[in-house]
Amino acid sequence: MDLLRIVTAGSVDDGKSTLMGRLLLDSNALDDDVVSAVRDASKRYQSDSLNLALVTDGLRSEREQGITIDVAYRYFSTSVRKFILTDTPGHVGYTRNMVTGASNAEVALIMVDARNGMVEQSRRHSVIASMLGIDHIIVCINKMDLVNYDEEVYESIKTRFTSLMTRLGVTNVVYIPTSALNGDNVVDASDNMPWFTGDPLLNHLEQIPVRAGLDTLPLRLPVQNVIKPQQAGYDDYRGYAGSIASGVLHKGDRVRLLPSGHETTVASIETPRGPVEQATAPDAVTIRLADDMEVSRGDMICSPDEWPQTSSTVGAIVCWMDEQTPMHEGAIYRIKQATRSAKALVNGIEARFNITSLKGEPEPESLQLNDIGRVILEVDEPLVYDDYATNRITGSFILIDEATNATVAAGMIGRPRFSFSLNSGNVT
Amino acid sequence: MTASRSRPDIRAEYKHLLDLESESIHIIREVIAEFDRPGLLFSGGKDSAVLLHLAIKAFQPAYLPFPVVHIDTGHNFPEVISFRDKITKQLNVELVVGSVDEAIATGSIPPPEETNGSRNRLQTPVLLDTISRGGFTAVFGGARRDEERSRAKERIYSLRDESGKWDPSNQRPEIWNLYNGHIKAGQHMRVFPISNWTELDIWKYIATEDIELPEIYYSHRREVFERDGMLMALSPVMQPGPGESVITRDVRFRTVGDMTSTAAVASEAKTPEEVWIETANTDISERGATRADDRFTDAAMEDRKREGYF
Repeated sequence: MDLLRIVTAGSVDDGKSTLMGRLLLDSNALDDDVVSAVRDASKRYQSDSLNLALVTDGLRSEREQGITIDVAYRYFSTSVRKFILTDTPGHVGYTRNMVTGASNAEVALIMVDARNGMVEQSRRHSVIASMLGIDHIIVCINKMDLVNYDEEVYESIKTRFTSLMTRLGVTNVVYIPTSALNGDNVVDASDNMPWFTGDPLLNHLEQIPVRAGLDTLPLRLPVQNVIKPQQAGYDDYRGYAGSIASGVLHKGDRVRLLPSGHETTVASIETPRGPVEQATAPDAVTIRLADDMEVSRGDMICSPDEWPQTSSTVGAIVCWMDEQTPMHEGAIYRIKQATRSAKALVNGIEARFNITSLKGEPEPESLQLNDIGRVILEVDEPLVYDDYATNRITGSFILIDEATNATVAAGMIGRPRFSFSLNSGNVT
Repeated sequence: MTASRSRPDIRAEYKHLLDLESESIHIIREVIAEFDRPGLLFSGGKDSAVLLHLAIKAFQPAYLPFPVVHIDTGHNFPEVISFRDKITKQLNVELVVGSVDEAIATGSIPPPEETNGSRNRLQTPVLLDTISRGGFTAVFGGARRDEERSRAKERIYSLRDESGKWDPSNQRPEIWNLYNGHIKAGQHMRVFPISNWTELDIWKYIATEDIELPEIYYSHRREVFERDGMLMALSPVMQPGPGESVITRDVRFRTVGDMTSTAAVASEAKTPEEVWIETANTDISERGATRADDRFTDAAMEDRKREGYF
């Protein structure tokens, strides 16, 4: 059994929470007492039938306002695999939560209300899903019951999304007409839409390949801790602990240490189940090296042939998340990238991306809450990284405002997989 | 546990457990790197036993580089307390205990209205006091998101303010595997490395890793009485009321909290494998079946968490 992480996104009232509730109910993931608690709560919140959204809307204010305000995690499994569903809020003020939910997802499930078609938030979420490099997108055209299960409505929405997804460089997109409320095409195929010949949602979720290709990338092992046991008998022991970000590591492999550039050999690999000959991403390991080297937290153990980049100047896409203060040129933040923590100066804001027009506005004054832009950072220590497009773990970072300790930005090093046309030329 | 029992091959059958294990160890290692004084909240229950097992693995062959913290409510099952003492000694880890009885005796918390009432709310000030007196800046907990709706909304790094409170509307975005551990003086972080594990994952892992638990997790004969549809264990602090009669049953506990608020379930399951089969086939959720404390309102847990509860 493997593990698939899914994020759901969409606009307010598209029925995300209802779809989640339906998926859990129809796949028998809910225990009886939970169903009856939801039934009781449904009555209290003036709902005639079972209000499926109450399965996931757990906070008091959400139940009162009938909306989702924070990321909720749900778990279920079928005979095929275990699923982690991350339900993210659709309200525009909560875009940062969409980024939170989507950053670890392998599949994005974008919900659209069939009556409204593509709205601003669907575009924003599609752009974020593409920027975050999510390989599989499923567009659920929901509330089909409210448009008489009309095939033409479905087709016209699908056509608009197809052209957006093409522009965004997303190739694996599946479209499903659903009614989460009634259960059409969620777990079971719909009798109301015989014209739809595709699989229901759950079948797709069971078939999508999990984290394909991580082991074919070159080795990257960011060092988290140096383990030096204090007890007797371990005087010379130095272990380097960390999670393999990509690639395969063998005992005896030649490795390159960065940023120092020294090379050595892997003497042993320890895992939670004891010593092994070989480990693969995302295993948490402790390795020992053949030579006595100066290695510490923040350093990266890499393939000797295919190196990451090492530089203190990086260009990156950032999604700005701070409500209080916008990002300005000249500001200094704490950057956390892989296991490295350093100070980063914003040396320039190249462009701000307009989600609606998909155009870039060159050299904006600042980046405001929910803005996505491209910036140049000057870091006080060299970062060891890959482009985010090739490696999600070594190519990502967060920025922390040290005055407030807030996480103010999510960053992706390099360029997005699609190009934004600038009013004056192209950012590519 | 019998030595002849054949253990399932975790690599072949439970790839998802390995992913969860790696994720949890990654989180534990991040905390050790970035906080100067971590501690691990240990209730003696199955989730904290798994958490402790993972923490040991994260730093082996070194000993656990931080203490284990236990809040003794005075109403704990004696089997759990002796398990706590045994396991911490066996693993050579430091144990810090905060005692509700002691806090009542010294007057640092007001005496409870009922002698044998629930100590659920009383343990919160003792927990906060133990954290601040111990100077802990990060405290690991074994909470899982599948347990309850408000826990489903909590981040892995959950910031507590100067008075220990959780603010669900002001949580830090948690992106990729990059955690923001920055805190101000007086604040602390609760960290939940097994957030993404389900009850079934826990049992599969206990079975494949042979993790020791207090014996009350497995079927045993016990004197119980029925209250509000739940089987409560007879104890000095839990006596039957009018109309409630004591019966002897084969039971086990699905969760282990106070004797006053944790109910048993009728069960014949004597091994982790048998428990997991039973768990996979049950129709009732873990907390719904056994925790009187979560039944008050549908936001009972959220309210307690806001006050600083674990």
